[in-house]
Amino acid sequence: MKKMKMSLLIGLMLLLAVFLVACGGDDSESSEGSTDTNGEDNGETASEENPETTLTFLVDNQTVTDGIEAVAEDIKEKHNITTEIELRPGGTEGDNIVKTRLATGEMTDIMWYNSGSLFKALNPEEYFLDISGESFVEKYDDAYKETVSVGDAVYGVPGEASSAGGWLYNKKVYEELGLEVPNTWDELMANNEAIKEAGKVPVIASYKDTWTSQLVLLADYYNVHSEDPDFAEQFTNNEAKFASTPIALRGFEKLQALQEAGHYNGEESATGYEDALEMLASGEAAHYPMLTFALAAIADTYPDNIEDIGFFGQPGAEADDHGVTLWMPGSIYANKDSENVEAIKTWLEYFVSDEGLETYMAEMKANGPYVLEGVELPDDAYPAVKDMASYLEAGKVGPALEFLSPLKGPTLEQITVEVGLGMVTPEEGAEKYDRDVERQAQQLDLEGW
Amino acid sequence: MSTQHEIMRKEKRKKSRIRLIVESLIVIVFSAIFLVPFYFIIVNAMKTSPEASKLSISWPTEFRILENMQEVLAARDNMLLLAFFNSTVITVISILILLVVGSMAGFVLQRRKGKSINIIGSTFLAGLMIPPAVVPTIWVLEQFQLFKTFPGIILVMVAISIPFSIILYTGFIATIPKELDEAAIIDGCGGFRLFFSIIFPMLKPIHSTVIILNAVQIFNDFVHPLYFFPGADNATVQLTLYNFMSMYSTDWNLLFANVLLITIPPFILFLIFSEKIVAGMTAGSVKG
Amino acid sequence: MKINKMYSYSLLIPAGLIYGLFFLYPTIMSFFFGFTRWNLTDWEWIGLENYIMFFEESSLMIGFKNTFIFAFLTAGLKVVLGLIFAVLLTAKLRTKRFIRSLVFFPVLVSTIAVGIAFSVLLHPSEGLVNTVLGLIGLNGPDWLGNPNLAIYSVAFVDVWKGVGIATVIFIAGMMSIPVDYYEAHQMDGGNKFNAFWHITLPLSRPAINAVIILALIGGLRTFDLVWAMTGGGPGFSSDLIASIIYKQYQAGFYGLSTAGNVLLFLMVAVIVFPIFKYLNRKEVDL
Repeated sequence: MKKMKMSLLIGLMLLLAVFLVACGGDDSESSEGSTDTNGEDNGETASEENPETTLTFLVDNQTVTDGIEAVAEDIKEKHNITTEIELRPGGTEGDNIVKTRLATGEMTDIMWYNSGSLFKALNPEEYFLDISGESFVEKYDDAYKETVSVGDAVYGVPGEASSAGGWLYNKKVYEELGLEVPNTWDELMANNEAIKEAGKVPVIASYKDTWTSQLVLLADYYNVHSEDPDFAEQFTNNEAKFASTPIALRGFEKLQALQEAGHYNGEESATGYEDALEMLASGEAAHYPMLTFALAAIADTYPDNIEDIGFFGQPGAEADDHGVTLWMPGSIYANKDSENVEAIKTWLEYFVSDEGLETYMAEMKANGPYVLEGVELPDDAYPAVKDMASYLEAGKVGPALEFLSPLKGPTLEQITVEVGLGMVTPEEGAEKYDRDVERQAQQLDLEGW
Repeated sequence: MSTQHEIMRKEKRKKSRIRLIVESLIVIVFSAIFLVPFYFIIVNAMKTSPEASKLSISWPTEFRILENMQEVLAARDNMLLLAFFNSTVITVISILILLVVGSMAGFVLQRRKGKSINIIGSTFLAGLMIPPAVVPTIWVLEQFQLFKTFPGIILVMVAISIPFSIILYTGFIATIPKELDEAAIIDGCGGFRLFFSIIFPMLKPIHSTVIILNAVQIFNDFVHPLYFFPGADNATVQLTLYNFMSMYSTDWNLLFANVLLITIPPFILFLIFSEKIVAGMTAGSVKG
Repeated sequence: MKINKMYSYSLLIPAGLIYGLFFLYPTIMSFFFGFTRWNLTDWEWIGLENYIMFFEESSLMIGFKNTFIFAFLTAGLKVVLGLIFAVLLTAKLRTKRFIRSLVFFPVLVSTIAVGIAFSVLLHPSEGLVNTVLGLIGLNGPDWLGNPNLAIYSVAFVDVWKGVGIATVIFIAGMMSIPVDYYEAHQMDGGNKFNAFWHITLPLSRPAINAVIILALIGGLRTFDLVWAMTGGGPGFSSDLIASIIYKQYQAGFYGLSTAGNVLLFLMVAVIVFPIFKYLNRKEVDL
């Protein structure tokens, strides 16, 4: 009885306390929260000589932050700015968190996010700091700049090297079977057949991580772009559809062709991205349609095998037009409403300065070319990245659709799984995707939809 | 005489042997179904990273449970310790509030009759069916400057848990005879005094039920803290599972060690209350 | 009059305030936003457009079908298994405390952890479940990868995780049945099996009703286990209404997803209320 009374008392007191806090919660407490310095007493120091500042930085847990952390260390040393990284989940769940936090004014000082369509769907003018006036923006590659700009305003700083989407392959398997890098889709299918006969897995489908299923479709965009350069614009303006544009439909058809020919690994839904990397690195499988950013993960987990991994772009119909689809790097964006705008600018400027890049590159090997002028691929780049560079030198390169159009239907990865597993035909998949895009455009309230 | 006695004894022994076999069989079947997944988690939590990545149920060749636990605890600047603190604060305070306000409401809802009380009751019960609206809730929290604060997340957790708690309380209170209240009235007790001095102490068994069911729910919640309590300093235990699942590779041994660690508090709670869960509902659930 | 005064509304105020402010109010707001195109900062009234668009969702039919399968299958299994377990565990079993704990263990583990562990255990070739099946010569299916099977596999895991609560509620119900009933029954020469049908079952009815309603409501609106195990896949084959809504929400279609929430609520109400009424009427009949 006594005990009960005691706990009752405590309960009531706590209740009271909660309400008191609730009513008396003064502005300073809740608005500073995470944006201000962490635990420093003199958080409000104005413009002293090099005052200590802490910047909060929201990053998803799928991005490799070693390079960023190394640069942040330098920045701490040189400018007395501490970087506090806060992790969030990746994928669509992460997108949702970013959107919610932006809308509720709870974003960190700087944040990491995709460039291109996903970024533009965030309503950047509302939330991000326009850095078009900074001198370092002049170093940007134009194609990249476009993906982090709205009108004349520029919002992003490239946070990594770009990557290419295409086919990673195991060179040892190719050597063993005496195969050559295919330059047309038919040659690729023939290679697959030979690999299958040799008892190896021709192509890995890792649909447990659904996002990986999109690669065959998305990496085919170079072929679309080179035949029909206006597709992206017409697609954005509701004038062209995947289902009714044969060259665009090809991507869905290729996804299915591999399934029909039995070139996938089996157990597709139980195979994840990591499993796929292991299969490729060990030579159990020959091909993995993927972005070149996977190379860093392979190098980390299977350092002995990274030299065996090569790369080629997803081939089309013509051997002399074999190119790659390029993915712009993820970018770092600054919160417009941060109290530390000056520190942020210092941070960003250092990050893309020669010194910053040097530190970065010492820690992280490139997945592809950097999007800053005058920054060359180092000689010790991964072999696969060198393979990729040869396409760039030949000018056989085009950006992925998501960097040319603000539209990317949110359920694409489920649709490509369906097509890849043979649950629906390519036509049905394309139609589904067109409807998905239509819905997105209507929800974004785009003109012409 | 003696032979008959012996036969009976034999019979009895035979019966008890069958009983033993049946019982052992039951134990084996239940263990296989309910314990093997835990066994799987535990053995893998003890292994080295490469061995755990095979995800087999074999016994570890090398025991690394302490190292794994240390590594889990130290990961990301002792994030797990902070998360334990945060989750515990949220759970304990939410439960305390829930016990008081839930039982008060359950009492009135059970005792009063009439149309208006029925409407109020249904409104509370509708909460079981309505999925919480995330963004408007954030918006409301911001109005009160409670977003990203302990009081904010606690009040939301309480609000979400109230309907189920009220069901449990009304069910139990229905078994407390009304005569008791009437006797109290004659003694000149007011509403609050009646409740707190007479009724509330009698609710002990159902409090246990409310505590364990809700505490486990709140402690294990992943989604709500993610939305209503974001921020690096505000990590909760479920979020720590993400520490070991990254694009690079999943450290299964650490992931499972983490699962083990964060299951300890609910487990302790269960040990304390396990006998009382049933007692609380014995009366309560009958009246639904 | 006097009695009602005893049960003063003021006792309701704290619960009402918290529930009203932090649950009902946002919910009502969301009903409103269901009629708008909403990007969190701005909204535009678009009437029923969201509702129409929600019904045009291509995977909606799959979602409906799966939601029904999931809700009724899990509720049914929890009732049946829970009853069986409860009968076992109220019998004279020496190990009943141990088994009762076993059955309740999964309740203690978070959904995410359960999802992670089971997606590993259900792996088609390397998972424990199929390895065991292989030992007895059976070729286990791809539990989560087969589009026709995935939702059932998740449902079984949900039962595994949730049957403990049902069992406890049933045990509570059975333990509150006065022993004299059974004694009288035995005196009349009834056997144990009959006792179950004529005493245990009817007198556990309120507990059964409670489990049915709770499990049904839970099954109709949860999706976290599906999300942790299959993400609604392969493709859309294990999507539930709730996971479709969640995906729309993730895509930033706030108006659309709130409209979906309203519809989900209506659907739950339409299904659960008649069943609730029906069950309660039966209770009176007895």
